[in-house]
Amino acid sequence: MNALNRLLTGAAISVAVSLSSFAAVAETPANMLVIAHRIDDVTTVDPAESFEFAGSDISRNVYSRLVNLDPNDLEAGYKPDLAESWEVSEDGMTITFTMREGVTFHSGNPVRAEDAAFSLQRAVILNKTPAFILTQFGFTPENATETIRADGNKLMITTDKRYATSFVLNCLTATIGAIVDKETVMANEADGDMGNTWLKTNSAGSGPYKLDSWKPNESVTLTSNPDYYGGAPALERVIVRHVLESASQRLLLERGDIDIARNLNPEDIAGATDADGVKVVDELKGRLMYLALNQKHPELSKPEVRQAFKYLIDYQGMRDSFLKGQYTIHQNFLPATYLGASDENPFSYNIEKAKELLAAAGVENLEVEIGVREAQERIEIGQSFQNAAAQAGIKVNITVGTAKQILARYRARELDVYLGAWGPDYPDPQTNAGTFAYNPDNSDEANATGLLAWRNSWDTGGLTGKVAEAVTEGDRDNRVQMYLDIQAEFRETSPFVIMFQQIEQTAMRDNVTDFSTGQAVTSAAYWQVTK
Amino acid sequence: MAPLAPWIKGTLLTLGSIAVTMLGLLFITFIIGRVMPIDPVLAIVGERASQSTYDAVYLELGLDKPLLVQFFYYIWDVIRGDFGTSLLNARPVSEDIARVFPATLELATLGVIVGIVLGIPLGVVAAVRKGSWIDQIARVIALVGYSMPIFWLGLMGLLIFYGILGWVGGPGRVGIFYVDVVPSVTGMILIDSLIDGNWDVFKDAFSHIVLPASLLGYYSLAYISRMTRSFMLEQLSAEYVTTARVKGMSEWNVIWKHAFKNIRVQLITVIALSYANLLEGSVLTEIIFSWPGIGSYITTALLSADMNAVLGGTVVVGLIFILLNIFSDLLYKVFDPRAR
Repeated sequence: MNALNRLLTGAAISVAVSLSSFAAVAETPANMLVIAHRIDDVTTVDPAESFEFAGSDISRNVYSRLVNLDPNDLEAGYKPDLAESWEVSEDGMTITFTMREGVTFHSGNPVRAEDAAFSLQRAVILNKTPAFILTQFGFTPENATETIRADGNKLMITTDKRYATSFVLNCLTATIGAIVDKETVMANEADGDMGNTWLKTNSAGSGPYKLDSWKPNESVTLTSNPDYYGGAPALERVIVRHVLESASQRLLLERGDIDIARNLNPEDIAGATDADGVKVVDELKGRLMYLALNQKHPELSKPEVRQAFKYLIDYQGMRDSFLKGQYTIHQNFLPATYLGASDENPFSYNIEKAKELLAAAGVENLEVEIGVREAQERIEIGQSFQNAAAQAGIKVNITVGTAKQILARYRARELDVYLGAWGPDYPDPQTNAGTFAYNPDNSDEANATGLLAWRNSWDTGGLTGKVAEAVTEGDRDNRVQMYLDIQAEFRETSPFVIMFQQIEQTAMRDNVTDFSTGQAVTSAAYWQVTK
Repeated sequence: MAPLAPWIKGTLLTLGSIAVTMLGLLFITFIIGRVMPIDPVLAIVGERASQSTYDAVYLELGLDKPLLVQFFYYIWDVIRGDFGTSLLNARPVSEDIARVFPATLELATLGVIVGIVLGIPLGVVAAVRKGSWIDQIARVIALVGYSMPIFWLGLMGLLIFYGILGWVGGPGRVGIFYVDVVPSVTGMILIDSLIDGNWDVFKDAFSHIVLPASLLGYYSLAYISRMTRSFMLEQLSAEYVTTARVKGMSEWNVIWKHAFKNIRVQLITVIALSYANLLEGSVLTEIIFSWPGIGSYITTALLSADMNAVLGGTVVVGLIFILLNIFSDLLYKVFDPRAR
């Protein structure tokens, strides 16, 4: 449905609602949480493979990890979960976890260090998309059984060099750090797949909820685990219904047939805000919207031109119009709420300043192509930028395409300018520092398509070394300062124009308390929710 | 060698025609799927995957092989009854289709019943009372049915009948209290709840289906009533109708026993086409009403480059059209002696 249709429908619904009142509001059962959400991105529920948003929501509630984030206190960072405590060796390369006693999986099997070792080894050996979160520590399918090993109630992991403990532990809070029930999984192994086919659609966890069913594009049903070591969740059942259309989600919420609507568009959020019995909660998410300038382009690689582009963005205008409520201004590669995040936003919309910088660089009649994926908000940002650039004498040609078309060219370093979004993979600053500001080999042959700096042919200079140092810094405060320094330099020198950070607006019945979508650092949690 | 009996020859010809049609349909869909600017590997591994993970999945999917070889492997599997697994959710495509198709079948059947029950009498009356207020109303109803965007009508219907009046159930096939309450036998909740003898579920499921089915029925009604009116006008101006009237036959008999009898064959085609269109799945209706049917299944699969799912869905839709054609041909023979 296009924007005009959405607008018309939203307007029509708003008018109709304002003229009438809803029928008697229904209520969902007291022991049940009903959520409307788009879950068509779930392709698997195997934590070694799952890497999409809705899939991570399932994992977070079904699987415990060695260490985890508390949904009621996300700022505190990781806390003990299945690992009661840990010790770091003197050389900083081995972490020994002591497992919590008396915890059982949903199957009734005890949770052992052996299960934890198996889970991490399995993720490394299967080498699915999120495996890089673990393999960046030097674990490989070949050495996994030696570097990750269990001994009685202890689990030892040995990295290839010293890393900041916070870096390793933050990564273990990601979905791939989920601990699976070895006995159950291996009982369902087929053709040496370590239970991958079975776990794609089933679960074997020890978390607060058990997966009852996942019907693709239809629903996910979870039932509480009464034996959860942290205490049984208040709500016995969670049903996530796939409701694609925002207006349908809003109607269901206002009628009381669901408790939470997670995908309302700005028009429906505005409408729901005024509805009786409904509240809207904002949470900052990790997704950043940015422009990137290809440094192979002779003009775009000039420092003044890179600076000029940062003044050609109507940050406030966009935030207050078509991005209203959905994004906030943010000009750093670490999202707000991340360790080491900076709240410095020095750039503003200033055509004259941009013109001066372009003149200083000796750039005239510049014409560039910008690649944009076919998403409404991105196209609108592209058009706003095109308009601003025209005022500074730059002709911008917008190429709109599918993910395949645009991403393929971006990864092949062919686009002049790319307008896109990036979300962190795990709750540690390295996740973004390691892609925006790190590029050890800028040659075409390196083919480091996973690094955004490489995709834009940007030799980050000294930043690469500084990022590498920051992941090994053991002192937390020092580490924070290192990232602040890296971002300060990055803001001034990089070819990235970071513009906005996403806000997720969740509408819910006003009796729902403590629901968390996980902010920027993790996924949605249900076990602490009451109503 | 003795010549084949006509019925054997006819059956063989029909089967041959089905096979060729299906093969052509699958080939075209397969080629379109491959040239579409969507990367199935990227859809599976995501943007962050390393090149080695990307390459491994690329090989796993057999995308390194020539197109014709890929197609041949697919057809070979289909002949053996294996539609493959969905590239995205790793479930057998046949299981997915067995889950989504009954939802569409249930909705489309109720929809076409609404279309027939209301559309035919409306078309007949409009033809008989040509130019009268009834004819004008029928024309407006049909015009609105043709021109009103279905998503808008659907949302307005939901707002009024569900949101404001509370007369019907909201999006979804059943209310939250009744999810998975009755065992799935046919996959059609109305029928399954009857089999289970669970009236509460039946009533709830009916309250959820009545609005989307009426909406689809309205679109069928618009088409069926206009076509009925047009066919009837042609018959009513024929000489045999004038003769019947001159002979003093009652108007009821003239309309229903003479004129209407002669448009039945044409109407069968119209109804079959209308039903087939509904069975393809109305994507927008399914989206608005969160109805997990085959239309949104195929669309989602297509946009995600999940070709096994797209091709599986195409086989089903193709078979529907072919079977409805065969069924129409059989009814022709029943109603029209010249076709026997």
